[in-house]
Amino acid sequence: MKTLSKIYVALVFIFLYAPIAVLIVFSFNDSTSTVVMSGFSLRWYKILLADGTTLKAVYNTLILAVCSSVISTVLGTAASIGIEKYKKSIFRSSVMAATNVPMMNPEIVTGVSMMLLFVFIGRALRIESVLGFATILIAHITFSLPYVILTVLPKLRQTDKNLAEAAQDLGCKPVSAFFKVVLPAIMPGIVTGMIMAFTLSLDDFIITYFTSGPGFQTLPIVIFSMTKKRVKPDMYALSALIFLSILILLILYNIAQVKSEEKIKKKRG
Amino acid sequence: MRRSGTGAKLISVPYVVWAALFIIAPLFFVVYYSFTNAAGQFTLDNIHLLTKYIPTFLRSIWFGIVATLICLLIAFPTAYIISQKSDKIQRTMILLVMLPMWMSFLIRTYSWMAILQDTGLINSFLVKIGIDPVHMINTGGAVILGMVYNFLPYMIMPIYSVMAKLDFSMVEAAQDLGSNRINVIRRCIIPMSIPGVISGITMVFVPSVSTFYISQKLGGGSFDLIGDVIERQFQQSYNYNLGASLSLVLMILILLSMAVMNHFSDEGEMVI
Repeated sequence: MKTLSKIYVALVFIFLYAPIAVLIVFSFNDSTSTVVMSGFSLRWYKILLADGTTLKAVYNTLILAVCSSVISTVLGTAASIGIEKYKKSIFRSSVMAATNVPMMNPEIVTGVSMMLLFVFIGRALRIESVLGFATILIAHITFSLPYVILTVLPKLRQTDKNLAEAAQDLGCKPVSAFFKVVLPAIMPGIVTGMIMAFTLSLDDFIITYFTSGPGFQTLPIVIFSMTKKRVKPDMYALSALIFLSILILLILYNIAQVKSEEKIKKKRG
Repeated sequence: MRRSGTGAKLISVPYVVWAALFIIAPLFFVVYYSFTNAAGQFTLDNIHLLTKYIPTFLRSIWFGIVATLICLLIAFPTAYIISQKSDKIQRTMILLVMLPMWMSFLIRTYSWMAILQDTGLINSFLVKIGIDPVHMINTGGAVILGMVYNFLPYMIMPIYSVMAKLDFSMVEAAQDLGSNRINVIRRCIIPMSIPGVISGITMVFVPSVSTFYISQKLGGGSFDLIGDVIERQFQQSYNYNLGASLSLVLMILILLSMAVMNHFSDEGEMVI
Protein backbone atom coordinates (compact mmCIF):
# COMPACT_ATOMS: atom_id res chain seq x y z
CA MET A 1 0.00 0.00 0.00
CA LYS A 2 2.80 2.38 0.93
CA THR A 3 4.80 1.78 -2.23
CA LEU A 4 1.62 1.95 -4.27
CA SER A 5 0.81 5.40 -2.90
CA LYS A 6 4.38 6.52 -3.54
CA ILE A 7 4.19 5.41 -7.17
CA TYR A 8 0.81 7.14 -7.51
CA VAL A 9 2.06 10.49 -6.21
CA ALA A 10 5.20 10.16 -8.35
CA LEU A 11 3.05 9.66 -11.44
CA VAL A 12 0.97 12.74 -10.61
CA PHE A 13 4.10 14.84 -10.23
CA ILE A 14 5.56 13.48 -13.47
CA PHE A 15 2.33 14.52 -15.19
CA LEU A 16 2.51 18.02 -13.66
CA TYR A 17 6.18 18.54 -14.50
CA ALA A 18 6.54 16.76 -17.87
CA PRO A 19 5.86 19.83 -20.02
CA ILE A 20 8.06 21.99 -17.80
CA ALA A 21 10.92 19.51 -18.07
CA VAL A 22 10.47 19.40 -21.84
CA LEU A 23 10.68 23.14 -22.23
CA ILE A 24 13.70 23.49 -19.95
CA VAL A 25 15.58 20.76 -21.83
CA PHE A 26 14.73 22.19 -25.25
CA SER A 27 15.64 25.73 -24.23
CA PHE A 28 19.24 24.48 -24.44
CA ASN A 29 18.73 22.93 -27.87
CA ASP A 30 21.09 23.91 -30.65
CA SER A 31 18.41 23.92 -33.37
CA THR A 32 14.92 25.44 -33.60
CA SER A 33 13.32 22.05 -33.10
CA THR A 34 11.29 21.44 -29.98
CA VAL A 35 11.21 17.71 -30.61
CA VAL A 36 14.73 16.57 -31.52
CA MET A 37 17.71 17.49 -29.37
CA SER A 38 20.62 18.27 -31.66
CA GLY A 39 23.19 19.64 -29.24
CA PHE A 40 23.66 21.87 -26.22
CA SER A 41 23.79 25.61 -26.72
CA LEU A 42 22.95 28.83 -24.96
CA ARG A 43 22.05 30.68 -28.14
CA TRP A 44 18.33 31.01 -27.29
CA TYR A 45 19.23 32.69 -24.02
CA LYS A 46 21.45 35.14 -25.91
CA ILE A 47 18.72 35.82 -28.46
CA LEU A 48 16.21 36.30 -25.65
CA LEU A 49 18.36 38.82 -23.80
CA ALA A 50 19.01 40.74 -27.02
CA ASP A 51 15.30 40.91 -27.80
CA GLY A 52 13.89 44.32 -26.89
CA THR A 53 10.16 43.47 -27.07
CA THR A 54 10.38 40.64 -24.56
CA LEU A 55 12.38 42.65 -22.02
CA LYS A 56 10.04 45.60 -22.48
CA ALA A 57 7.12 43.25 -21.83
CA VAL A 58 8.76 41.94 -18.64
CA TYR A 59 9.20 45.54 -17.50
CA ASN A 60 5.56 46.40 -18.37
CA THR A 61 4.30 43.34 -16.51
CA LEU A 62 6.22 44.24 -13.35
CA ILE A 63 5.11 47.91 -13.41
CA LEU A 64 1.52 46.84 -13.88
CA ALA A 65 1.68 44.24 -11.10
CA VAL A 66 3.20 46.75 -8.65
CA CYS A 67 0.63 49.48 -9.44
CA SER A 68 -2.40 47.20 -9.42
CA SER A 69 -1.41 45.33 -6.25
CA VAL A 70 -0.70 48.54 -4.30
CA ILE A 71 -3.91 50.28 -5.40
CA SER A 72 -6.09 47.20 -4.88
CA THR A 73 -4.57 46.60 -1.45
CA VAL A 74 -5.27 50.17 -0.29
CA LEU A 75 -8.78 50.22 -1.78
CA GLY A 76 -9.57 46.71 -0.57
CA THR A 77 -8.31 47.23 2.98
CA ALA A 78 -10.30 50.47 3.30
CA ALA A 79 -13.34 48.68 1.92
CA SER A 80 -12.97 45.80 4.38
CA ILE A 81 -12.81 48.18 7.36
CA GLY A 82 -15.97 49.91 6.18
CA ILE A 83 -17.80 46.67 5.34
CA GLU A 84 -16.93 45.20 8.75
CA LYS A 85 -18.70 48.12 10.46
CA TYR A 86 -21.97 47.30 8.75
CA LYS A 87 -23.37 44.34 10.59
CA LYS A 88 -26.12 42.34 8.96
CA SER A 89 -27.63 44.76 6.46
CA ILE A 90 -28.79 44.79 2.86
CA PHE A 91 -25.91 47.11 2.09
CA ARG A 92 -23.34 44.66 3.40
CA SER A 93 -24.79 41.64 1.64
CA SER A 94 -25.12 43.45 -1.68
CA VAL A 95 -21.54 44.74 -1.50
CA MET A 96 -20.32 41.23 -0.73
CA ALA A 97 -22.40 39.82 -3.60
CA ALA A 98 -20.78 42.32 -5.98
CA THR A 99 -17.37 41.38 -4.57
CA ASN A 100 -17.99 37.73 -5.40
CA VAL A 101 -18.88 38.44 -9.03
CA PRO A 102 -15.32 38.60 -10.45
CA MET A 103 -14.39 35.43 -8.52
CA MET A 104 -17.35 33.41 -9.77
CA ASN A 105 -17.60 34.66 -13.34
CA PRO A 106 -15.50 32.91 -15.95
CA GLU A 107 -12.45 35.07 -16.67
CA ILE A 108 -13.42 35.43 -20.31
CA VAL A 109 -16.77 36.96 -19.29
CA THR A 110 -15.06 39.40 -16.89
CA GLY A 111 -12.64 40.38 -19.65
CA VAL A 112 -15.32 40.75 -22.29
CA SER A 113 -17.67 42.73 -20.03
CA MET A 114 -14.94 45.23 -19.12
CA MET A 115 -13.91 45.51 -22.75
CA LEU A 116 -17.51 46.38 -23.69
CA LEU A 117 -17.61 49.07 -20.98
CA PHE A 118 -14.31 50.59 -22.15
CA VAL A 119 -15.26 50.45 -25.82
CA PHE A 120 -18.61 52.08 -25.08
CA ILE A 121 -16.98 54.87 -23.08
CA GLY A 122 -14.33 55.25 -25.78
CA ARG A 123 -17.01 55.71 -28.43
CA ALA A 124 -18.98 58.14 -26.29
CA LEU A 125 -15.89 60.28 -25.66
CA ARG A 126 -14.60 59.80 -29.20
CA ILE A 127 -11.25 58.42 -28.06
CA GLU A 128 -9.54 56.56 -30.91
CA SER A 129 -7.83 53.70 -29.07
CA VAL A 130 -9.20 53.50 -25.57
CA LEU A 131 -7.56 50.17 -24.67
CA GLY A 132 -4.14 50.61 -23.10
CA PHE A 133 -2.31 50.86 -19.81
CA ALA A 134 -5.20 52.59 -18.01
CA THR A 135 -7.79 49.99 -19.00
CA ILE A 136 -5.50 47.05 -18.12
CA LEU A 137 -4.72 48.67 -14.77
CA ILE A 138 -8.44 49.14 -14.00
CA ALA A 139 -9.12 45.53 -14.98
CA HIS A 140 -6.29 44.16 -12.84
CA ILE A 141 -7.34 46.21 -9.82
CA THR A 142 -10.91 44.99 -10.27
CA PHE A 143 -10.09 41.28 -10.36
CA SER A 144 -7.58 41.61 -7.48
CA LEU A 145 -9.90 43.50 -5.11
CA PRO A 146 -12.06 40.49 -4.09
CA TYR A 147 -8.97 38.52 -3.08
CA VAL A 148 -7.68 41.42 -0.93
CA ILE A 149 -11.07 41.90 0.72
CA LEU A 150 -11.55 38.19 1.38
CA THR A 151 -8.15 37.92 3.07
CA VAL A 152 -8.45 41.14 5.12
CA LEU A 153 -12.07 40.70 6.30
CA PRO A 154 -11.46 37.49 8.32
CA LYS A 155 -8.48 39.14 10.04
CA LEU A 156 -10.65 42.12 10.98
CA ARG A 157 -13.26 39.78 12.38
CA GLN A 158 -10.63 38.07 14.53
CA THR A 159 -9.32 41.34 16.00
CA ASP A 160 -10.74 42.20 19.38
CA LYS A 161 -12.96 45.27 18.95
CA ASN A 162 -12.27 46.28 22.54
CA LEU A 163 -8.60 46.89 21.71
CA ALA A 164 -9.35 49.91 19.53
CA GLU A 165 -11.80 51.20 22.10
CA ALA A 166 -9.28 50.72 24.89
CA ALA A 167 -6.75 52.74 22.89
CA GLN A 168 -9.32 55.50 22.46
CA ASP A 169 -10.21 55.42 26.15
CA LEU A 170 -6.52 55.90 26.86
CA GLY A 171 -6.59 59.07 24.79
CA CYS A 172 -5.81 57.95 21.26
CA LYS A 173 -7.69 59.73 18.48
CA PRO A 174 -9.76 57.22 16.40
CA VAL A 175 -7.36 57.59 13.47
CA SER A 176 -4.21 56.94 15.47
CA ALA A 177 -5.96 54.14 17.37
CA PHE A 178 -6.53 52.56 13.98
CA PHE A 179 -2.90 52.91 12.89
CA LYS A 180 -1.48 51.81 16.24
CA VAL A 181 -3.81 48.97 17.14
CA VAL A 182 -6.03 47.71 14.32
CA LEU A 183 -3.59 47.99 11.40
CA PRO A 184 -0.80 45.90 13.02
CA ALA A 185 -3.38 43.26 13.93
CA ILE A 186 -4.66 42.86 10.36
CA MET A 187 -1.23 43.28 8.71
CA PRO A 188 -0.73 39.56 7.91
CA GLY A 189 -4.02 39.56 5.99
CA ILE A 190 -3.06 42.72 4.12
CA VAL A 191 0.32 41.27 3.14
CA THR A 192 -1.23 37.98 1.97
CA GLY A 193 -3.81 39.90 -0.05
CA MET A 194 -1.15 42.06 -1.64
CA ILE A 195 1.00 39.07 -2.59
CA MET A 196 -2.06 37.40 -4.13
CA ALA A 197 -2.93 40.56 -6.05
CA PHE A 198 0.66 40.83 -7.28
CA THR A 199 0.91 37.25 -8.52
CA LEU A 200 -2.57 37.32 -10.06
CA SER A 201 -1.60 40.39 -12.03
CA LEU A 202 1.76 38.93 -13.13
CA ASP A 203 0.14 35.80 -14.44
CA ASP A 204 -3.10 37.05 -15.94
CA PHE A 205 -3.61 36.45 -19.60
CA ILE A 206 -7.33 36.15 -20.36
CA ILE A 207 -8.61 39.41 -18.86
CA THR A 208 -5.56 41.34 -20.08
CA TYR A 209 -6.08 39.92 -23.56
CA PHE A 210 -9.49 41.58 -23.83
CA THR A 211 -8.62 44.88 -22.15
CA SER A 212 -5.22 45.61 -23.73
CA GLY A 213 -4.33 47.41 -26.92
CA PRO A 214 -1.25 47.32 -29.11
CA GLY A 215 0.33 50.17 -27.15
CA PHE A 216 0.94 48.28 -23.91
CA GLN A 217 1.86 44.61 -23.98
CA THR A 218 2.42 42.43 -20.97
CA LEU A 219 4.50 39.27 -21.00
CA PRO A 220 1.56 36.83 -21.30
CA ILE A 221 0.28 38.84 -24.28
CA VAL A 222 3.69 38.67 -25.99
CA ILE A 223 3.90 34.95 -25.28
CA PHE A 224 0.40 34.49 -26.73
CA SER A 225 1.24 36.27 -29.97
CA MET A 226 4.42 34.19 -30.23
CA THR A 227 2.58 30.90 -29.74
CA LYS A 228 0.29 31.88 -32.61
CA LYS A 229 3.27 31.37 -34.89
CA ARG A 230 5.74 28.55 -34.39
CA VAL A 231 7.38 28.95 -31.02
CA LYS A 232 11.12 29.24 -31.12
CA PRO A 233 13.08 27.96 -28.14
CA ASP A 234 13.71 31.54 -26.99
CA MET A 235 10.24 31.43 -25.42
CA TYR A 236 11.30 28.20 -23.72
CA ALA A 237 14.43 29.96 -22.48
CA LEU A 238 12.29 32.74 -21.04
CA SER A 239 10.01 30.26 -19.30
CA ALA A 240 13.00 28.38 -17.92
CA LEU A 241 14.30 31.65 -16.45
CA ILE A 242 10.89 32.47 -14.95
CA PHE A 243 10.67 28.96 -13.48
CA LEU A 244 14.12 29.28 -11.95
CA SER A 245 13.40 32.65 -10.36
CA ILE A 246 10.08 31.45 -8.88
CA LEU A 247 11.78 28.33 -7.56
CA ILE A 248 14.49 30.40 -5.86
CA LEU A 249 11.91 32.80 -4.38
CA LEU A 250 9.83 29.93 -3.01
CA ILE A 251 12.84 28.17 -1.52
CA LEU A 252 13.99 31.41 0.16
CA TYR A 253 10.46 31.98 1.47
CA ASN A 254 10.34 28.45 2.84
CA ILE A 255 13.72 28.79 4.56
CA ALA A 256 12.62 32.07 6.13
CA GLN A 257 9.40 30.46 7.33
CA VAL A 258 11.17 27.46 8.85
CA LYS A 259 13.69 29.76 10.58
CA SER A 260 10.99 31.96 12.09
CA GLU A 261 9.17 28.86 13.33
CA GLU A 262 12.37 27.62 14.95
CA LYS A 263 12.78 30.99 16.64
CA ILE A 264 9.27 30.79 18.09
CA LYS A 265 9.94 27.25 19.30
CA LYS A 266 13.20 28.36 20.96
CA LYS A 267 11.46 31.25 22.69
CA ARG A 268 8.81 28.91 24.01
CA GLY A 269 11.36 26.24 24.94
CA MET B 1 -17.43 51.70 17.09
CA ARG B 2 -19.19 54.14 19.31
CA ARG B 3 -17.05 57.03 18.18
CA SER B 4 -15.55 56.07 14.84
CA GLY B 5 -18.60 54.32 13.31
CA THR B 6 -19.67 56.67 10.54
CA GLY B 7 -16.12 57.73 9.70
CA ALA B 8 -15.01 54.14 9.28
CA LYS B 9 -18.11 53.32 7.25
CA LEU B 10 -17.32 56.17 4.85
CA ILE B 11 -13.92 54.78 3.88
CA SER B 12 -15.59 51.93 2.02
CA VAL B 13 -17.19 54.48 -0.33
CA PRO B 14 -14.33 54.44 -2.91
CA TYR B 15 -14.64 50.69 -3.22
CA VAL B 16 -18.42 50.81 -3.51
CA VAL B 17 -18.09 53.34 -6.33
CA TRP B 18 -15.38 51.21 -7.96
CA ALA B 19 -17.49 48.05 -7.74
CA ALA B 20 -20.50 49.84 -9.22
CA LEU B 21 -18.43 51.20 -12.11
CA PHE B 22 -16.21 48.23 -12.93
CA ILE B 23 -18.03 45.16 -11.62
CA ILE B 24 -21.74 45.91 -11.97
CA ALA B 25 -21.79 48.33 -14.92
CA PRO B 26 -19.86 45.94 -17.25
CA LEU B 27 -22.51 43.28 -16.63
CA PHE B 28 -25.17 45.74 -17.78
CA PHE B 29 -23.15 46.37 -20.90
CA VAL B 30 -23.10 42.64 -21.65
CA VAL B 31 -26.90 42.68 -21.51
CA TYR B 32 -27.10 45.95 -23.47
CA TYR B 33 -24.87 44.70 -26.30
CA SER B 34 -26.73 41.36 -26.39
CA PHE B 35 -30.01 43.06 -27.23
CA THR B 36 -28.77 45.71 -29.66
CA ASN B 37 -27.17 45.72 -33.10
CA ALA B 38 -24.01 47.52 -34.23
CA ALA B 39 -25.99 50.76 -34.65
CA GLY B 40 -27.27 50.54 -31.09
CA GLN B 41 -30.89 49.67 -31.93
CA PHE B 42 -32.87 47.04 -30.07
CA THR B 43 -32.84 43.64 -31.73
CA LEU B 44 -33.31 39.97 -30.90
CA ASP B 45 -31.07 38.81 -33.79
CA ASN B 46 -28.17 37.92 -31.51
CA ILE B 47 -30.43 35.77 -29.38
CA HIS B 48 -31.81 33.98 -32.47
CA LEU B 49 -28.26 33.38 -33.72
CA LEU B 50 -27.45 31.55 -30.48
CA THR B 51 -29.30 28.42 -31.63
CA LYS B 52 -26.46 27.91 -34.14
CA TYR B 53 -24.07 27.51 -31.23
CA ILE B 54 -26.03 24.97 -29.19
CA PRO B 55 -23.70 22.08 -30.27
CA THR B 56 -20.68 24.17 -29.20
CA PHE B 57 -22.25 24.87 -25.82
CA LEU B 58 -23.05 21.20 -25.34
CA ARG B 59 -19.49 20.18 -26.28
CA SER B 60 -18.04 22.72 -23.82
CA ILE B 61 -20.23 21.44 -21.02
CA TRP B 62 -19.42 17.81 -21.85
CA PHE B 63 -15.65 18.45 -22.00
CA GLY B 64 -15.87 20.46 -18.78
CA ILE B 65 -17.70 17.67 -16.95
CA VAL B 66 -15.27 14.98 -18.17
CA ALA B 67 -12.20 17.08 -17.26
CA THR B 68 -13.65 17.86 -13.84
CA LEU B 69 -14.38 14.21 -13.10
CA ILE B 70 -10.89 13.10 -14.18
CA CYS B 71 -9.37 15.86 -12.02
CA LEU B 72 -11.45 14.68 -9.06
CA LEU B 73 -10.38 11.05 -9.58
CA ILE B 74 -6.70 12.02 -9.73
CA ALA B 75 -6.79 14.70 -7.04
CA PHE B 76 -8.69 12.92 -4.28
CA PRO B 77 -6.14 10.13 -3.65
CA THR B 78 -3.28 12.61 -4.18
CA ALA B 79 -4.65 15.00 -1.59
CA TYR B 80 -5.26 12.13 0.83
CA ILE B 81 -1.74 10.72 0.43
CA ILE B 82 -0.17 14.17 0.88
CA SER B 83 -2.25 14.86 4.00
CA GLN B 84 -0.88 11.67 5.58
CA LYS B 85 2.76 12.79 5.35
CA SER B 86 4.77 14.66 7.98
CA ASP B 87 4.36 18.46 8.14
CA LYS B 88 7.64 19.16 6.39
CA ILE B 89 6.98 16.80 3.48
CA GLN B 90 3.40 18.08 3.21
CA ARG B 91 4.64 21.64 2.80
CA THR B 92 7.18 20.70 0.13
CA MET B 93 4.66 18.62 -1.80
CA ILE B 94 2.05 21.36 -1.73
CA LEU B 95 4.67 23.82 -3.00
CA LEU B 96 5.39 21.37 -5.82
CA VAL B 97 1.68 21.16 -6.65
CA MET B 98 1.39 24.95 -6.82
CA LEU B 99 4.69 25.69 -8.55
CA PRO B 100 3.52 24.91 -12.12
CA MET B 101 0.62 27.35 -11.69
CA TRP B 102 3.11 30.20 -11.43
CA MET B 103 4.34 29.61 -14.95
CA SER B 104 2.50 30.92 -17.97
CA PHE B 105 -0.20 28.38 -18.81
CA LEU B 106 0.23 29.38 -22.46
CA ILE B 107 3.77 28.05 -22.60
CA ARG B 108 2.95 24.91 -20.61
CA THR B 109 0.05 24.11 -22.90
CA TYR B 110 2.24 24.76 -25.91
CA SER B 111 4.81 22.40 -24.49
CA TRP B 112 2.20 19.62 -24.54
CA MET B 113 2.02 20.13 -28.30
CA ALA B 114 5.67 19.12 -28.55
CA ILE B 115 4.93 16.04 -26.47
CA LEU B 116 1.74 14.92 -28.23
CA GLN B 117 2.54 15.75 -31.89
CA ASP B 118 2.55 13.00 -34.50
CA THR B 119 6.32 13.41 -34.66
CA GLY B 120 6.47 14.47 -31.01
CA LEU B 121 8.27 13.06 -28.01
CA ILE B 122 5.86 10.24 -27.16
CA ASN B 123 5.56 9.09 -30.77
CA SER B 124 9.30 9.20 -31.48
CA PHE B 125 9.75 7.09 -28.35
CA LEU B 126 7.08 4.63 -29.51
CA VAL B 127 8.71 4.33 -32.94
CA LYS B 128 12.09 3.74 -31.33
CA ILE B 129 10.81 0.78 -29.33
CA GLY B 130 8.98 -0.54 -32.38
CA ILE B 131 5.36 0.45 -31.74
CA ASP B 132 3.23 2.24 -34.32
CA PRO B 133 2.79 5.95 -33.57
CA VAL B 134 -0.53 7.01 -32.06
CA HIS B 135 -2.38 10.08 -33.28
CA MET B 136 -2.95 12.21 -30.21
CA ILE B 137 -2.78 15.90 -31.05
CA ASN B 138 -5.91 17.62 -32.41
CA THR B 139 -8.25 15.16 -30.75
CA GLY B 140 -10.90 15.73 -28.11
CA GLY B 141 -8.79 13.68 -25.72
CA ALA B 142 -5.87 16.06 -26.12
CA VAL B 143 -8.13 19.02 -25.25
CA ILE B 144 -9.39 17.25 -22.13
CA LEU B 145 -5.83 16.34 -21.20
CA GLY B 146 -4.90 20.01 -21.48
CA MET B 147 -7.77 20.97 -19.19
CA VAL B 148 -6.92 18.30 -16.62
CA TYR B 149 -3.26 19.30 -16.72
CA ASN B 150 -3.94 23.03 -16.30
CA PHE B 151 -6.59 22.82 -13.60
CA LEU B 152 -5.56 19.76 -11.58
CA PRO B 153 -3.88 21.90 -8.87
CA TYR B 154 -7.18 23.75 -8.36
CA MET B 155 -8.74 20.41 -7.42
CA ILE B 156 -5.86 19.13 -5.26
CA MET B 157 -5.54 22.33 -3.19
CA PRO B 158 -9.04 22.68 -1.71
CA ILE B 159 -9.40 18.93 -1.08
CA TYR B 160 -6.00 18.84 0.58
CA SER B 161 -6.74 21.85 2.79
CA VAL B 162 -9.91 20.18 4.09
CA MET B 163 -8.13 16.86 4.64
CA ALA B 164 -5.18 18.48 6.40
CA LYS B 165 -7.61 19.89 8.98
CA LEU B 166 -9.59 16.66 9.32
CA ASP B 167 -10.09 15.39 12.82
CA PHE B 168 -8.38 12.04 12.61
CA SER B 169 -9.69 10.97 15.99
CA MET B 170 -12.93 10.28 14.10
CA VAL B 171 -11.06 7.97 11.77
CA GLU B 172 -9.43 6.23 14.72
CA ALA B 173 -12.79 5.90 16.42
CA ALA B 174 -14.20 4.28 13.28
CA GLN B 175 -11.28 1.86 13.20
CA ASP B 176 -11.71 1.09 16.90
CA LEU B 177 -15.34 0.34 16.26
CA GLY B 178 -14.33 -2.24 13.70
CA SER B 179 -14.49 -0.38 10.40
CA ASN B 180 -12.16 -1.70 7.74
CA ARG B 181 -10.03 0.55 5.56
CA ILE B 182 -12.51 0.89 2.70
CA ASN B 183 -15.37 1.65 5.08
CA VAL B 184 -13.27 4.30 6.84
CA ILE B 185 -12.64 6.02 3.53
CA ARG B 186 -16.25 5.68 2.38
CA ARG B 187 -17.99 6.57 5.62
CA CYS B 188 -15.54 9.02 7.20
CA ILE B 189 -13.01 10.62 4.90
CA ILE B 190 -15.18 11.16 1.83
CA PRO B 191 -18.15 12.76 3.66
CA MET B 192 -15.87 14.99 5.70
CA SER B 193 -13.99 16.28 2.66
CA ILE B 194 -17.14 17.19 0.70
CA PRO B 195 -16.66 21.00 1.15
CA GLY B 196 -13.21 20.74 -0.44
CA VAL B 197 -14.53 18.57 -3.25
CA ILE B 198 -17.36 21.03 -3.97
CA SER B 199 -15.07 24.03 -4.25
CA GLY B 200 -12.57 21.97 -6.25
CA ILE B 201 -15.31 21.06 -8.71
CA THR B 202 -16.31 24.69 -9.25
CA MET B 203 -12.68 25.81 -9.50
CA VAL B 204 -12.02 23.27 -12.28
CA PHE B 205 -15.37 23.30 -14.07
CA VAL B 206 -15.64 27.09 -14.55
CA PRO B 207 -12.27 27.61 -16.30
CA SER B 208 -12.66 24.34 -18.27
CA VAL B 209 -16.03 25.30 -19.73
CA SER B 210 -14.87 28.79 -20.66
CA THR B 211 -11.33 28.11 -21.93
CA PHE B 212 -10.29 29.12 -25.41
CA TYR B 213 -6.54 28.68 -25.63
CA ILE B 214 -6.27 25.00 -24.74
CA SER B 215 -8.83 23.96 -27.35
CA GLN B 216 -7.11 25.99 -30.08
CA LYS B 217 -3.65 24.59 -29.39
CA LEU B 218 -4.41 20.96 -28.53
CA GLY B 219 -7.65 20.60 -30.49
CA GLY B 220 -6.22 22.17 -33.64
CA GLY B 221 -9.36 24.17 -34.36
CA SER B 222 -11.63 21.18 -34.90
CA PHE B 223 -12.92 21.15 -31.32
CA ASP B 224 -14.34 24.63 -30.96
CA LEU B 225 -15.46 25.42 -27.45
CA ILE B 226 -17.70 28.29 -26.44
CA GLY B 227 -14.67 30.31 -25.33
CA ASP B 228 -13.20 30.05 -28.83
CA VAL B 229 -16.40 31.36 -30.38
CA ILE B 230 -16.56 34.29 -27.96
CA GLU B 231 -12.89 35.10 -28.48
CA ARG B 232 -13.36 35.15 -32.24
CA GLN B 233 -16.29 37.58 -32.03
CA PHE B 234 -14.15 40.05 -30.10
CA GLN B 235 -10.72 39.62 -31.64
CA GLN B 236 -11.39 38.64 -35.27
CA SER B 237 -14.87 39.28 -36.58
CA TYR B 238 -15.55 42.25 -34.26
CA ASN B 239 -19.17 41.24 -33.77
CA TYR B 240 -19.38 42.54 -30.20
CA ASN B 241 -23.14 42.07 -30.05
CA LEU B 242 -23.10 38.37 -30.82
CA GLY B 243 -20.08 37.97 -28.53
CA ALA B 244 -21.98 39.68 -25.73
CA SER B 245 -25.01 37.41 -26.09
CA LEU B 246 -22.77 34.31 -26.06
CA SER B 247 -21.05 35.63 -22.92
CA LEU B 248 -24.43 36.28 -21.33
CA VAL B 249 -25.47 32.66 -21.87
CA LEU B 250 -22.12 31.38 -20.58
CA MET B 251 -22.50 33.54 -17.47
CA ILE B 252 -26.04 32.29 -16.79
CA LEU B 253 -24.89 28.71 -17.35
CA ILE B 254 -22.07 29.07 -14.82
CA LEU B 255 -24.34 30.76 -12.26
CA LEU B 256 -26.88 27.95 -12.61
CA SER B 257 -24.26 25.25 -12.15
CA MET B 258 -22.85 27.10 -9.12
CA ALA B 259 -26.34 27.28 -7.63
CA VAL B 260 -26.68 23.53 -8.13
CA MET B 261 -23.28 22.91 -6.51
CA ASN B 262 -24.08 25.18 -3.57
CA HIS B 263 -27.28 23.27 -3.08
CA PHE B 264 -25.19 20.15 -2.45
CA SER B 265 -22.88 21.75 0.09
CA ASP B 266 -24.31 22.61 3.49
CA GLU B 267 -22.61 25.95 3.79
CA GLY B 268 -22.18 27.79 0.53
CA GLU B 269 -18.72 28.99 1.45
CA MET B 270 -15.69 28.46 -0.73
CA VAL B 271 -12.64 26.77 0.70
CA ILE B 272 -9.50 28.10 -0.92
